[in-house]
Amino acid sequence: MKSLLNTDREFLLPASRRFIFASLIVAVLFEWLPWHGWALAARPDFVALVLLYWCTHKPHRVGIGTAWVLGILVDVADASLFGQHALAYSVLAFGGLVLNRRVQMFSLKEQSLHVFALLLVSYAVYALVHWQVRGFVAWEYFIGSLTSALLWAPLTLLIQTLRRPRRDSDQL
Amino acid sequence: MLEDTRSLPFFNRGPSAVARLVFFSLLSLMLLFVDARYRYLESTRQVIAVIIYPLQRLTTLPGTLWHDGSEYISLQRHLVAQNEALRLQHDADAARLNQFEAVLNENEQLRALLEIKQRSDYNVRAAQIVYLERDIFKRKLLVDAGARAGVLAGQAVIDNRGVVGQVTRTFPWLSEVTLVTDKNNIVPVQVVRNGLRAAVFGSGNISEMELRYQPVAVDIEVGDELVTSGLDGTYPPALPVAKVVRIERDPAYAFAHIVCAPLAGVDRHRTLLVVSSVSSLPPRPLDDAAGERPSGKKSIKRGAR
Repeated sequence: MKSLLNTDREFLLPASRRFIFASLIVAVLFEWLPWHGWALAARPDFVALVLLYWCTHKPHRVGIGTAWVLGILVDVADASLFGQHALAYSVLAFGGLVLNRRVQMFSLKEQSLHVFALLLVSYAVYALVHWQVRGFVAWEYFIGSLTSALLWAPLTLLIQTLRRPRRDSDQL
Repeated sequence: MLEDTRSLPFFNRGPSAVARLVFFSLLSLMLLFVDARYRYLESTRQVIAVIIYPLQRLTTLPGTLWHDGSEYISLQRHLVAQNEALRLQHDADAARLNQFEAVLNENEQLRALLEIKQRSDYNVRAAQIVYLERDIFKRKLLVDAGARAGVLAGQAVIDNRGVVGQVTRTFPWLSEVTLVTDKNNIVPVQVVRNGLRAAVFGSGNISEMELRYQPVAVDIEVGDELVTSGLDGTYPPALPVAKVVRIERDPAYAFAHIVCAPLAGVDRHRTLLVVSSVSSLPPRPLDDAAGERPSGKKSIKRGAR
């Protein structure tokens, strides 16, 4: 974990608007893959993860507004109620903004725990809305927050790698 | 990290994070309320759905490629075996179909004798499944025939084994189908063995449905097949819906607890059939016609809202 802290403080390319946008689109595409059955229950929320990454690492660029717009897109694709994901993602982005200083001081393992707590809150918001409107909750739904939290470390490493400057064009 | 090492100036960069959270939360809650209560936002939803449609198709591309690819390289032997099996099936079906046609003619004559209107004719349109359930809370799927193909909300969706569900929302190129197992979806049915009319309710569980409001002593047995009664004019009559798998008759309760398993196999096919026209029933007489309301008999609610 030490080495990662070093890479974290090492010079990273400034994240361009285009890069942030592309990463969010890729996350949305992953979310829309035709998952079903158990894979659906365990599906990590890719959009929430990438959103949280940018909220904690680039809080000036990506905030609650972006989260809300993304939520609306996901709402339409999932045929859920308008604003259901939007509300959950807004709360998540707020958590990311509040914790952004703190989260970066920790190792990836500790970060994952924080992320898990944030995701749990956002999942609970979604489930609460569903319960209020439809009157029941499927508990398997919360498995997603756990798998998402497990995916936090690999995802962070991936985005950090993509943002590291390259000396020659063939180097990763 | 180098380009913004300054601390986060929440309070001099426009509205604070808390203010923004409150603003967007209120906006979401307002949308939620409007969407859940009044359904004013369908046109907005349509517009966004059209914009994201290409992206959605893009995500199903790997699956389609995999399916087509494996089909392309599947072995000759496998194809021959499959062909053989299909031919056998076809022969068996053809024999039964002949029989069926004779029965159909006979039925028509009998109906003509009794002067009852024939109403079992219906047309179907094939539609491919684009997405299975998008959300773990809901039993819904999306098929690739939409309003442009003449699909209307409320139409029934079937496969070769029975009723799958009902179209609940249409987009220009897609339609949303709510499965019969969706929580609180209702299908009017009839027991094949004795003609008993009932209504079967979705349970939210993919493999279970419930036959509610039947007295404890009702004449239903495990293994009884339930078919659509066609009473509501949504589903064509006599399509298999479910099979009774468990009955609990506890005299302490007013009703028997009857659990059924749906017969249609949503997870086994890529293609479904949308029933595009059921010969329409005469309009239902108005309820408030001078106190002539039939008492005691509860009308069966339609599956679509």
